Formats: sequence, C-alpha cells, structure tokens
Amino acid sequence: MTTMTMAAALNAALADALAADEDVLLIGEDIGTLGGVFRITDGLQDRFGAERVIDAPLAESGIVGTSVGMAYAGRRPVCEIQFDGFVFPAFDQLVAQVARLHYRTGGRVRMPLVIRIPFGGGIGAVEHHSESPEAFFAHTPGLRVVTVADPQDACSTMRAAIACDDPVILLEPKRRYWGKGEVDTSLTADLDSARVLRRGRDATLVAYGPLVVTALEAAAAAEDDGIDLEVIDLRSLAPLDRDTVAASVRRTGRLVVAHEASGTVSLSSEVITCVIEDCFEHLEAAPERVTGYDVPYPPAALEDHHLPGIDRILDAVDRTLGRRSSREAA
Amino acid sequence: MSTTMSAGSTRSPRDEHHDPAPSDPAAPRGAAAPHPAAARSAGPRSAAPDPAEPDPAPSHPDLAGAVDQPLQVLAVDGTRRPEAQLDPCLRDVDEAQLAALFLDMSVIRALDDEAVALQRQGELGLWPPLRGQEAAQIGLARALPERDFFFTSYRENGVAWCRGVEPAEMLSVWRGTTLSGWDPFARRMATPQVIIGAQTHHAVGYAMAMAARGQEDIAIACFGDGAMSQGDVSEAMVFAASFRAPVLFFCQNNHYAISEPVALQSTVPLSHRPLGFGIPSLRVDGNDVLAVRAATRLAAERIRSGAGPMFLEAVTYRLGPHTTSDDPTRYRDETELERWRERDPILRLDRHLERLGAPVAQLRTEADERGREAADALRDAVAALPVPAPEALFEHVLTSEHPGLARQREQLTALEASLAPAGSAS
Ligand SMILES: Cc1ncc(C[n+]2csc(CCOP(=O)(O)OP(=O)(O)O)c2C)c(N)n1
Ligand SMILES: [Mg+2]
Repeated sequence: MTTMTMAAALNAALADALAADEDVLLIGEDIGTLGGVFRITDGLQDRFGAERVIDAPLAESGIVGTSVGMAYAGRRPVCEIQFDGFVFPAFDQLVAQVARLHYRTGGRVRMPLVIRIPFGGGIGAVEHHSESPEAFFAHTPGLRVVTVADPQDACSTMRAAIACDDPVILLEPKRRYWGKGEVDTSLTADLDSARVLRRGRDATLVAYGPLVVTALEAAAAAEDDGIDLEVIDLRSLAPLDRDTVAASVRRTGRLVVAHEASGTVSLSSEVITCVIEDCFEHLEAAPERVTGYDVPYPPAALEDHHLPGIDRILDAVDRTLGRRSSREAA
Repeated sequence: MSTTMSAGSTRSPRDEHHDPAPSDPAAPRGAAAPHPAAARSAGPRSAAPDPAEPDPAPSHPDLAGAVDQPLQVLAVDGTRRPEAQLDPCLRDVDEAQLAALFLDMSVIRALDDEAVALQRQGELGLWPPLRGQEAAQIGLARALPERDFFFTSYRENGVAWCRGVEPAEMLSVWRGTTLSGWDPFARRMATPQVIIGAQTHHAVGYAMAMAARGQEDIAIACFGDGAMSQGDVSEAMVFAASFRAPVLFFCQNNHYAISEPVALQSTVPLSHRPLGFGIPSLRVDGNDVLAVRAATRLAAERIRSGAGPMFLEAVTYRLGPHTTSDDPTRYRDETELERWRERDPILRLDRHLERLGAPVAQLRTEADERGREAADALRDAVAALPVPAPEALFEHVLTSEHPGLARQREQLTALEASLAPAGSAS
C-alpha cells in the first residue's frame, strides 16, 4: 500500500499493464513526450517506447478507428481522449464499429479496447472540457461503460478494463485526479459490480464518478442531522448492477440518484426505472434525482449552480424522507 | 523540425480533368497550370537567413515558391525582397500603413501579455497566448474588408482585434462569465471554436450561402497545423472544392499542436494537402506581415472573382505555451525558441522601418504607450465583467423556454432562496 493520487494510480495501472503484456499499447494526443495534459501517461513513453505509447495525429476518429484495426491484429489498445468534449469526432467509430464488431461477427472478432476519457466538470474550464457523455455510450449495446471514484478504485478498475475482452469506455473524473488515497496496485476490480461504500438505514444514495466523493460528504453531513444514508458507487454504468441497488432499496425504502450529466434520458432515469421494476413495493417515497440541469454545460461562473453539490443532494434526501425541503419552503 | 519542411517526393497535384479557373490573377501569363499554387516565384533569393527553414529543392518544379519555400517579402534582417507574385498586392503600402501594422501587432501583443498576467493572478481560468503569430493574424485580417466573415479557432485574438472586438470581450470566455464573448454578426466573426477543425465546415457553408445569394462576401476559416489532421478539415476542403465555395482556408502552422510537432500531422508541407483536393495553395512566411497581407489579398481577389476556394499556410511559431496550463519545456528546447525569437514578426517590421529611415524610436514609444493604455483598460474591464445570475443557466437552450426547463429554473430559485442566510433580502 502506498499513498498516491488518482493520477498516479492510473499511471501505475497503465505501466503495469504495458509491462505485463506486449500487446497492450497506449495511443492518444500528447500522451508521449508530454505525458498527457493531465500527466496520466507521464514517463510511459520513455519507459516503453514510442511504438507502444503513441502520440497520435490530432484526430479522435483516427485514434479509435486505428485502434480497431490494431485490435483485429491482436493488440489491446488503450486510447486516451484528451477531454470528454472531444470524443464526438470518434463517436461513429465507437457506436457503429467498436460496439458492434463482436456481435456482427458472431463472436469471432473481439475488441479489447479501453477508451479513457477524463470527464465531468468542476474545474472552471472553457466549453467542451466539462462534459458528462456517459449516457450516449451506456445507451449503446456492445460497450461497457465504467467510471472510477478514488485512487484505489481507479487503479483496480483500470487493470480490469485492460484485461477485459470487451470494449470499455473508462470515464475518469478529472476533478478527482489529485485526490489522494492508499493504493494496493495488485488489486483488480470486478467490472460488473457496484460498490456499497457506506451502510445506512434511512435512504439509498446512488452516485458514480466525480459525485461519489460528494455523496460520501453528503452522507457525513446527514449524519449530523441524524440521517443514516447508504452510499452506492455504481462504478459500471453499462451493464448496470441493478441487484446491488435493489437490495439496498429493499432495506432503506428510499432512493436518491445523483450525477453531473443532465437528467433527461440519463443514468438516473435508468436506475430509477430498474428500482421501480425490481422492488416497487419496497419504496416508501418517490425516488429523487439530483442532476445537472437540462442545459448545455454552462460557463464556469455558473457551474457551481449547475453541478449537484451537498446542499442539493441533502435537499433531495429531505424530500424523500418527507422532511421540509426547499420546494415546500418556496 | 527539418523533416516537417522537407518536400520529399510528391506527385503532381494537378488533375488533368480539373476545370481551369476562369480568371486567375495569380497565375503567371501563359502558365499551363491554372493554379496560383503552380506559379513559380520569380523573385531572387537573398542569402539572408530564411525565416522558415529553407527546404531542399522540391521534386516537382511547378510547386517551387508556392507550396514549399514560404513566400517572403521582408527578410529577417528587415530588407525588402522582390517577390513577383506578391509585389503587385503591395503597391499601396506606404510608411503610414507600415506604422499602422506595427501598432496593431504591438498593441495586440501587449493585450495578450496582459491576459497571461491576468490568468496568473487568477482573473482568468486559462488563456491561449498568440505571441509570435501577430503578423499572421494582423496581416490576414487587415487585408480583408469588413463584410467578409471569419470562422476561427481560439487563438485568433489578433483577428478579433481587427474586427473591433473589445479586449474584455475576448477574455470573457476565459474568465468563464459567458460562452460567447461577442455577437458574431456585429463583429462578422463567429464565436471562436474550441472543437478542433469544426469551424472549417461552417466557413464553407457560409461561403456557399453567400455565393448562392450572389453576394461577394467571402468566408475565412482559420485553424492550426494540428487541425489539418481532423476529418472535418478534409471534408470541408472537399465541399469547398466541389461547390467552388468562396472560402479562404487560412492555416497558421505554428509548428505545434500542444506538444505535438507539425511533422506528426504531415510529412510534407501542409500546403501540399489542399492540392489533392483541387484547392490552390500558397505557403507564406507567417512572420512577415507584408507577405501575409499580400498573399491574403491575392487569394481574396481570386476567391471573390468566382474561382473557388484557396488555401494559405502561414508558417509561423508559437513563442509562448499552448495555453497558460502548458509547460513547453517538456517538448521543445531553448535553441529552437531562440531561433524563432530572432524571427519575431514585430522585430522584423521594426527592422524594416528602421531601414526605411522611418522614425522608429517615436513609433516604439507610441506602441508602448498604446499597449500600456490598452492593457490597463483591459484589466479594469475584465474586473467589471458581469457575473451572470444563476437563472441565466436556463436561457437560450431553445428559442423559447419549455415547461420542463421552467420547472427546473423554479427549483433552482427555491433552492438558492432556502440556502440564503436567514433574514437576507430576496
Ligand atoms: C476535437 C478536439 N480534440 C482535441 C482538442 C484538444 N486540443 C486543444 S488545442 C489542441 C492543439 C491544436 O493545435 P493546432 O491546430 O495546431 O492549433 P494551435 O493550438 O497550435 O493554435 C488540442 C489537441 C480539441 N480542442 N478538440
Ligand atoms: Mg499549431
């Protein structure tokens, strides 16, 4: 166990994968000499060479499409998309090719790609640097979509994603890159399962990615009010571990889902639907969600109002518990 | 960087079946090739150090002086060189014009430096400095009439300056108070594009619409060397060529896309690529404001005459970091930087003015004063930029607000009210 940042934990997982398997390679913009704009690949080109840590021409469709060809030839490419907002030029390759090749070929062609995307807001960035595009990918059959939440989880999930024979969209919460934690770099996550991070009786609070830390902080604050929250990190957004969520709601009877992405046709839409399908009779109140508003990501001066914070989460918790919330106060 | 510039062996870009342009002011009389790109520069070459790394002799003679060796009017030491293609576009240049260009470049540099300082002091989230690219941007924008419409990337604040954009408007997006610093129609310049290459399509579409309406306006797409690799840019060139869109593709090759050297985007000069799309192309010294101005005029006249799109590669250099978040020491060395500082575009014009015997000392003082005044005013104006109210989040998502969003807005208002300290007035 060593204390490290999420960035360092991801770097360690990538380095171990490159060392362990000759077929693993990294490709992306500025990932070589520069080590990536977030330095996630720092030092890796020096260590593994420019054939395995590839600075790609500035073209995301090219990065992903070229990786498809490499995967045909047995390689295991780990692509870096520099920022969430820049994945869209690669959207066609991801949705029309990567996601379907295994299905199309009756299982003959595997696409063991990892598409790393720093995602989410909260860093005061300009447009296209704070997006949460997960629902586009979660909606696409044939892709796994996973998120990471803390340094240990980032390391173990990255290891699992690279080892996985399915294409994995791995969303890294950029505003948590510099958060520190104890990491055992030998651990590998189970990509299929959500994590119950905190046990509680009164309500189930579901989050993923950047909002896991926020959810835990909200739970700590709720405790001061005598509210005992269970916190679940979904980790995998597709497929979804609905059983873990349903099991929790059966105990608590109440559900709040939080994410940065807009609410319409989102992960919260999906989680709440699953809970209604799976354990409607256990619900003691209408499920609540706390999400980014249905607006394009706003200018930085407004992002704190847009992003779900502790106050908004606790307000939703109050509603689901039948306590007085901002909506009654108004 | 030398690999970047080497011509290598290139096949003739000319397509036998290409319909020659009806009138071609750039092509030398009697030239077989219809493209200005095919015109050989007749100007003698001086022995002075070349601004943009001389290339080995190109393998195809038709391309000489057009897409390999950058066209140059002002040598690094400030001497004026004869340049057969560009000289006709420079006949009107007098000392007053040179002084105006010098002031433009100096003031935009002062504003750019001030923006860097403001970012360092926490007043801006980020800033992409243009230092080193003043001649490319001022030479371009000062050569075009106001009615032409620019679609640029984020670094073209020199263009914005020429378009009358208030400096604080340029910075507002980087301060995070708005997503668009100005009204695109008022400035005839679209909101700077962050998605690399996307704006090139927009320029082509705008140009096609102008042509369809019989208007003489042209559109200008500004983008970088890195953008050349994006599919959008290639597609834009296809559309422009197929529909003979009155659009100028203006590529500032500043040698880097963040850390990536231009050699990664192209193993031959970028100016070769448009030829394959059927778009004539010129390579010009982007640190030579007169060369850029002349090449832009030449291109704009040709485009306006109905001859279809044209491409200019301005060979320049980003002297600063990619943005204030960047650490260029990780990917380039001091020797390279030193070489390009010697080719500084403002220094070059300064030397030229000196050679002409113009009152340079006076001009320098004036540039300093104007720069300082502009920077001071910018600092004040940035501090005064209005912070939008939380409810502004919900404005302009669609042309009219739908009930679902109105509900979200009301919920936010209620939440903000519940969080306000008790007793505070609403
Ligand atoms: C589609 C897309 N991919 C990646 C980026 C991240 N990015 C921002 S600027 C840049 C380099 C652009 O280089 P170039 O086109 O040469 O323009 P310059 O910055 O040198 O002016 C990159 C990769 C982006 N903004 N958009
Ligand atoms: Mg560049």
